[in-house]
Amino acid sequence: MTSNTPPSPAPVGATLRNGQTIALNAIPTFSPDTFRTHVITQWQAGARLLCLFIRPEANQKWLTAVLADDTNAQLQVLAANVSAGRYRALTPDVPAAEHFENELAERWQITPEGHPRLQPERLSTAVDLTPERLAGEQLHEVAVGPVHAGIIEPGHFRFQCFGEHVFKLNIALGYQHRGIEARLTGGPDCRTLHYLETAAGDTTIGHSLAYCRAIEALAGITAPPRAAAIRAIMLELERIANHTGDLGAMAGDVAYLPTSSYCGRLRGDFLNLTALFCGNRFGRNLLTPGGVHYDLDDERRRTALTRFQQAFTSTVNAIGLMWNSASVLARFEGCGRLEPADALALGVVGVPARACGLTRDVRCDHPSGVFCFNQLPVSVGSGGDVLARAQVRWLEMQRSRDFLQEVLTTLPSSPLQTRPGRLQPEHLTVTLTEGWRGEICHVASSDHDGKLANYKIIDPSFHNWPALSRVMRDEQISNFPLCNKSFNLSYCGHDL
Amino acid sequence: MFRVLCARLLQGHQTKPFPIPETALSDRYLGRPVLSDACWTDAEFAAVREQCPTAAIDGKPERVTLDLGRCLFCGQCRQATDKIRFTRDYHLAAKNRNDLVLNAEDNLDCAAAALSEAMQKLFGRSLRLRQVSAGGCNACEADVNVLNTLAWDLGRFGIQFVASPRHADGLLVTGPVTRNMRDALLKTYEAIAAPKLVIAAGTCAVSGGLYRDHQETCGGVDAVLPVNLYIPGCPPHPATTLDGLLRMLGQLE
Repeated sequence: MTSNTPPSPAPVGATLRNGQTIALNAIPTFSPDTFRTHVITQWQAGARLLCLFIRPEANQKWLTAVLADDTNAQLQVLAANVSAGRYRALTPDVPAAEHFENELAERWQITPEGHPRLQPERLSTAVDLTPERLAGEQLHEVAVGPVHAGIIEPGHFRFQCFGEHVFKLNIALGYQHRGIEARLTGGPDCRTLHYLETAAGDTTIGHSLAYCRAIEALAGITAPPRAAAIRAIMLELERIANHTGDLGAMAGDVAYLPTSSYCGRLRGDFLNLTALFCGNRFGRNLLTPGGVHYDLDDERRRTALTRFQQAFTSTVNAIGLMWNSASVLARFEGCGRLEPADALALGVVGVPARACGLTRDVRCDHPSGVFCFNQLPVSVGSGGDVLARAQVRWLEMQRSRDFLQEVLTTLPSSPLQTRPGRLQPEHLTVTLTEGWRGEICHVASSDHDGKLANYKIIDPSFHNWPALSRVMRDEQISNFPLCNKSFNLSYCGHDL
Repeated sequence: MFRVLCARLLQGHQTKPFPIPETALSDRYLGRPVLSDACWTDAEFAAVREQCPTAAIDGKPERVTLDLGRCLFCGQCRQATDKIRFTRDYHLAAKNRNDLVLNAEDNLDCAAAALSEAMQKLFGRSLRLRQVSAGGCNACEADVNVLNTLAWDLGRFGIQFVASPRHADGLLVTGPVTRNMRDALLKTYEAIAAPKLVIAAGTCAVSGGLYRDHQETCGGVDAVLPVNLYIPGCPPHPATTLDGLLRMLGQLE
């Protein structure tokens, strides 16, 4: 399969690596048109758009782009002054910019001129479908949500169908919007960490890790080695727990109950292991800027290792059943196929990207902490269908198991925390973490008092929701639950 | 088929008896907090108030109160005082919102009380619930879902989550009730036939939690609907939720 690695042109923005900082006044600024040309040139040469957002400063609004060059582990930041309230949209040339531009138009009343489908992103749920509506006598619409049939988060799906055949799926989100990002300005305070822990509650470790590293970067410290190792263990445990749940849920959606029932229980075993480390099944209250709150003493480590190995052995057995069932494989194969070209254009990350052959993984491309020393191979699949997404999850789980066992048995000795002091004033940092859904990107900048001036959270789901919409084109409507489960995207991580 | 039978033998019987002992929970699990009756200094009280992310600590130094409905069980307060101790007691649910406010004299054991006899007769042996997530972070939702796994086997208590509000006897709501979900929540409530129950599960649903004073939320379920059972926790442990439900139905005392 192809990978996204053509030779890159010289960077035009200020360059930094994952978890480094730059002074705000070192970010090169351009006119909106030149900015646009630069972003398009870099994008066409293979750079990824991690984040596009407005950084307000005094009375100015800075349109800021963060781009990644995965081959050189390099990030670049560039900006343009868009205080005039309008600029030429990037979306027609950079499809991955579509939802970022929706967002900044909605929140900052800035018009990206020439944007093909400007819609509310999350503040309002009033998405206007009129321009999207297809014409035809026998076409019909199926509306689903925001209240769904199971115990899941709210979102609204609108299918335009001809019989069972789906022509188009529009997704309206925002029902979970509770105003996190705006409340982070002026921090860090006693609430900040908790906001990040609950940005997506099933990714508590992923988001709180990205946050802690952002604060550490701005304060000019690093977490001690033992803390870094414990963080990595928890990140991989979170991945294993959620992938187990996802594989079980996918089996459940094709009515293969043995795997579905066992995996539901086994996911709980992995969550209980997380609770063994920190008391909470989701990893709340474990991470703190500067390190971790709880140690892993030798006895706890031995208990954890034994319980982990038992649970994983049962998981191998439970998931093995599914791989040996021809009817399950036949349902997975060819369903919800995402083409690599579409994945590249939409800027898809995480499992769905790797399942269509893109070698994208922050742990490998932009490593930090323990991942610099204990390298994990990237689990790549081919086919881009439900089967490939299931296989990639299973591959990742096995590699995470090896990693986890190795780190658990070779835990370095060091203190658990370094106290972060005051944040460097007027600096910006970008931290990337490979959460279980994919790349989590946090961009933090500080004001002249060393307080957070702006904090941007990009959950992997933000990049991946449009891909779910894409794979439903020309798919049977009855395949939607399975396709949806194979992506398992976060509503609250998108809505914030 | 042979493989499936072998797997069944290997996986064994995994459904836990309930109630589970507290010792089955992690030794680091933070359950019901207990306030010591020792006197607080002004400085200590102020320091704890500053540490608490949700202003769960209130009152005055002579009479400190702790609101379980706001508490995130983060344990941050322990850095400023030794007068709050977290036990492993997971029985946290309450029938009345006021019963969640603890003080040193009155560290109530468990405030979840059974429904009236008439309601028990209706729902005590068979309860169908519709779940609505109204701004939850998916941790509460995930740990409610866990009750449906074979480890907890909710069905054996006669409780079941159903897809349609028309089939339901009540609502279990998670999240602080975002403005964007308010209408959908109210419509779902209206679609349920009376008499009906409302359960607020998780700190956000009980009080708005971290999002209590955000203009984007309504600040908890009881701001928009009458609530019959409050289940605190961020998120509540599955044992806390199940215990609350069973006490409400009169199946546990």
